[in-house]
Amino acid sequence: MKHKNYIQYTVTFVLLILLLVILCVWNINAGSVSFSKADIWNILWKQSGDETAYHIIWDIRMPRIVAAMLLGGALSVSGFLLQTFFGNPIAGPFVLGISSGAKLSVALVMIWLLHTGMMTSSTVLISAAFIGSMCAMGFVLFLSKKVPNMAMLVICGVMIGYICSAITDFVVTFADDSNIVNLHNWSLGSFSGINWANVKTIAVVVCVSVVFTFMLSKPMSAYQMGEAYARNVGVNITTFRVKLILLSSLLAACVTAFAGPISFVGIAVPHLMKGMLKTTKPILMIPASFIGGAVFCLFCDLIARTVFAPIEMSISSVTAIFGAPVVIYIMMQRQKRKG
Amino acid sequence: MERKYYLKTENLTVGYGKNPLISGIEIGVKRGEILTLIGPNGAGKSTILKSIAKQLALLGGKVLLENEDMAKLSGNEVAKKLSVMLTGQIQSELMTCEDVVSSGRYPYTGTLGILSKEDRNKVWDALELVHATELASSYFDQISDGQRQRVLLARAICQEPDVIVLDEPTSFLDIRHKLELITILKQLVREKDIAVVMSLHELDLAMKVSDTIVCVNGDRIEKCGSPEDIFSGDYINQLYHMTKGSFLAEYGVVELERTVGEPTVFVIGGGGTGIATYRYLQRKGIAFAVGVLQKNDADYAIASALATKVIVADAFEPITEQQIKEAEALMDTSRYVICTLTQFGTMNQQNAKLLENAKQSGKLVELYELSEQKDIWKG
Repeated sequence: MKHKNYIQYTVTFVLLILLLVILCVWNINAGSVSFSKADIWNILWKQSGDETAYHIIWDIRMPRIVAAMLLGGALSVSGFLLQTFFGNPIAGPFVLGISSGAKLSVALVMIWLLHTGMMTSSTVLISAAFIGSMCAMGFVLFLSKKVPNMAMLVICGVMIGYICSAITDFVVTFADDSNIVNLHNWSLGSFSGINWANVKTIAVVVCVSVVFTFMLSKPMSAYQMGEAYARNVGVNITTFRVKLILLSSLLAACVTAFAGPISFVGIAVPHLMKGMLKTTKPILMIPASFIGGAVFCLFCDLIARTVFAPIEMSISSVTAIFGAPVVIYIMMQRQKRKG
Repeated sequence: MERKYYLKTENLTVGYGKNPLISGIEIGVKRGEILTLIGPNGAGKSTILKSIAKQLALLGGKVLLENEDMAKLSGNEVAKKLSVMLTGQIQSELMTCEDVVSSGRYPYTGTLGILSKEDRNKVWDALELVHATELASSYFDQISDGQRQRVLLARAICQEPDVIVLDEPTSFLDIRHKLELITILKQLVREKDIAVVMSLHELDLAMKVSDTIVCVNGDRIEKCGSPEDIFSGDYINQLYHMTKGSFLAEYGVVELERTVGEPTVFVIGGGGTGIATYRYLQRKGIAFAVGVLQKNDADYAIASALATKVIVADAFEPITEQQIKEAEALMDTSRYVICTLTQFGTMNQQNAKLLENAKQSGKLVELYELSEQKDIWKG
């Protein structure tokens, strides 16, 4: 039995990494301008070749790929944290309105900064997103005390999301600036326009948060048995919960700050990983969710960029197409189990 | 030498939020002993257990573990001394029983919670102790209630505690699984010298398994003592505010409410032969009288719980003329007489005479004949 488990875990991780590599290569190659393999090889490893090609690959496609991987991973880890916290398989940063809260806050800050003529920096964006996501999270937590019913909580979260999105749309529509096009794209969710400076900030925030999350996998596994048993084995519930909330909000905020709200990754990926690993142990689920999220977002971004090229779809539309059916499937499975 | 209390409460006040529910709780349990809380639903048994197990904030007083104030011990220190088994479902998606049991090793593992070989052996030992090794790789949410309780007990055991707190561990289990669980607990207490604090609804089990019984009733601990003290006389009926039927402490059984009214049947019983008949008559709603029983007769407790009238003779004494007269008077007013006795000894000659009288009056029937007499059914 044990032996069989280890094989399953190994196969899952090898498969995920393989997919990740394939999608990376594919993403570098795919786009409105195509290159020969030799060109790409030269650009990537020898830093030589045609100027335009170098620019396209090194300054446009590469940061986008790295960002999609890191942010996708961040989103699904954030989703897994929220699912553990609420004991609810369809909890996620988007469904609970946390992404939308961050989005509203970022939109307001961006417009204000544009208005006053100041430059926006990555740090400012992340901070704004974090404050927004914490506000939305605070509201969800307040509601979760009032409504113990999980379905109701999700509905409340979706409503919070709608309200925040509506206000964002409103603000974006009335903000008169040449940057409005960018802002509009961002508010729908997109990995486009991310540069290396952004990627550096993203990498620091996401990697640090994910490492911290991974260090929490022991109390998380105890918490999966319920609060009482977790407390009985010595978990400090209050501290643990605060850490969980901060980390999941920070991860979701970081994604929203740079790529806007991206739907369903936080629910779909952890669920798919559970299905592949056949366990919910955080020590396996956290790395698997991270890599899985990276794969999922690379795949969706590839579709968003290429299917209707040169027109780009919003990443959120693509993730919804693949993610939403997973949510429906989870709900049906749960209903079936209830009998 | 008198052993010291392992877990002890000092002037403990428990309750939810800021509302004290029960105060002045002074209970203690030694290693190798079982302390059981009994009392009506909502009396506060769970509240006390949760407070002792550090799940609820104390509203006053102290809980001492080996004379150390538990509030001053760290979560991890307490975890190595005290484990729990609680009621209520646990969310356990894709968790195998082995995973569930392993979670008990938490206080002993490192930063990432990876189990060592020793930890794995302890998990396995715990599973063996509760006879659940074959469940190790089954998913926890797919096994039966009885199996689930055993696995949760294994979880508590592999935490290697000195005291286990269990909240109604036998609820929802069938009789076989109840007994299995209690047997395992007994074995655990004996072999590992562990103290157990639990709440039970099954009074018969509580009576047999506990070393100390604590009776919780609403706002206070009403009584505390050995099962022999608690399960005597009428006390249990008072504790549970029983008005319909009664709990017979001597036998550990419950009997339903007696039928009131003029007795239509007179039963000559004794020596345990009449019990089934009394219960049958009660079930059918027929008021009946019983005679003549010595006070130490096996029938006596149940007859006095179910019959409208019982003619009693003193223990180990022959039946007196007076008692026979009373019995005959009752037989006269009754419509039928049933005799469950087949032998009459020296001390019981008077009952033989009663039987003769009944035969002559033509009132004597067998129980099965009674069921054909439609006229005696009530209503």
